[in-house]
Amino acid sequence: MVRGRLAWRVGRLAEVRDETPTARTLVLDVPGWPGHLAGQHVDLRLTAEDGYRTTRTYSLAAPADGDRIAITVQRVPGGEVSPYLTEVFAVGDPVELRGPVGGWFVWRPTAPDPVLLVAGGAGIVPLMAMIRARRAAGSRAPVKLLYSVRTPADVYYAGELRRPEPGLDVTVVYTRKAPADWPGEPHRIGIADVNTAGWPAEFAPQCFVCGPTGFVETMADVLVALGHDPRRVKTERFGPSGS
Amino acid sequence: MGIVTPGFRGRARTADERLPPGQYLVEDFPVLSAGPTPRVRTENWRFTVTTETGRTHEWSWADLLALPSETPTVDIHCVTRWSKLGTSWRGVSLDTLLADVDTAADYVLAECHGGYTTNLPLEDLLDGQAWIAYEFEGEELAPEHGGPARLLVPHLYFWKSAKWIEGLRLTLDEDLGFWEAAGYHAYGDPWREQRYQGD
Repeated sequence: MVRGRLAWRVGRLAEVRDETPTARTLVLDVPGWPGHLAGQHVDLRLTAEDGYRTTRTYSLAAPADGDRIAITVQRVPGGEVSPYLTEVFAVGDPVELRGPVGGWFVWRPTAPDPVLLVAGGAGIVPLMAMIRARRAAGSRAPVKLLYSVRTPADVYYAGELRRPEPGLDVTVVYTRKAPADWPGEPHRIGIADVNTAGWPAEFAPQCFVCGPTGFVETMADVLVALGHDPRRVKTERFGPSGS
Repeated sequence: MGIVTPGFRGRARTADERLPPGQYLVEDFPVLSAGPTPRVRTENWRFTVTTETGRTHEWSWADLLALPSETPTVDIHCVTRWSKLGTSWRGVSLDTLLADVDTAADYVLAECHGGYTTNLPLEDLLDGQAWIAYEFEGEELAPEHGGPARLLVPHLYFWKSAKWIEGLRLTLDEDLGFWEAAGYHAYGDPWREQRYQGD
């Protein structure tokens, strides 16, 4: 897995899928991709004609499909890289990348224990990779996903998450505007949501929390307050500077 | 030099010699940690230095505050590529804390509440290069930033500036810490872009 991880490779954009009005999935062909675990990242390096170069890290959104990998990029207004990747970068264009990166915030489909995934906004991306890896591997580990979004239009992978899947429970909480048939008022995820949609602490689930800093801080505190072992709560935070 | 990415221009840039290669500036203070934020009460806080012979030196919170403090203003650089310039801190220099510690060790493993560890050469903590910091920008250090006290080693990537510091273990040989054992660079010099093993 480590072999070849540090080599910069040239990938090509093979396919795009718009997830929301501001988020786009990029499927890249990367010859020689060494494979990865759900939850890992990839570094993308962009070079301008004058030689200026910049690198960003993106969570992988799915298990590798041969040499094909997928990321989902949220457009940050005024950002340096995300507007390029979501608006200009076109099918067939090359980009340099290396990876996979990160060996902590990962889920292995061989693990039988229950899993709680808590996503805030774009934090769904590495957690979706875990859901897809579970499906691809035929894992029977029971998974619950608690996903906080502002409005129904902000749900990534909406069609896929709506399809029933044995052993996967999906709960979406809307903070600004909810669909007409959603019970309750829009609200920020609180202790009651985590208690209802998650696992009891005595089931000792692996917990993965990903989202903006404030969201992750709150959710991790709630899980610890509900009795989850802090060592089984893995977190990944997106700062506002993470564009 | 890498291949040109068609149509990518990058933002108008101004060269800042304080910015290591591959880094970009932020104004906010992003939080990165591997798990929930430990809440450490100062009345229970202890800081220990354990030498390679097993000898332990210990400071309580009151002991720490009674030591001469310094107010370094430093640039900090995260391996995730953000840098923040001119951050101001208050803390106790490791020169002060290690002044009476007899050791032949070359390496340090910083150990933290919550189980996090990181490794450094001992010489990187000496000669005015490192502090146990307990204030940031004139305020008590917030728990999400490592409060009540964190290690501050600004010349290395910021994962070395261990939050919720509990102690230093001095060793003759290098033991890898949490991220280092997971594939990050053993040393982590931002100016040489030492992000991962092999960089």
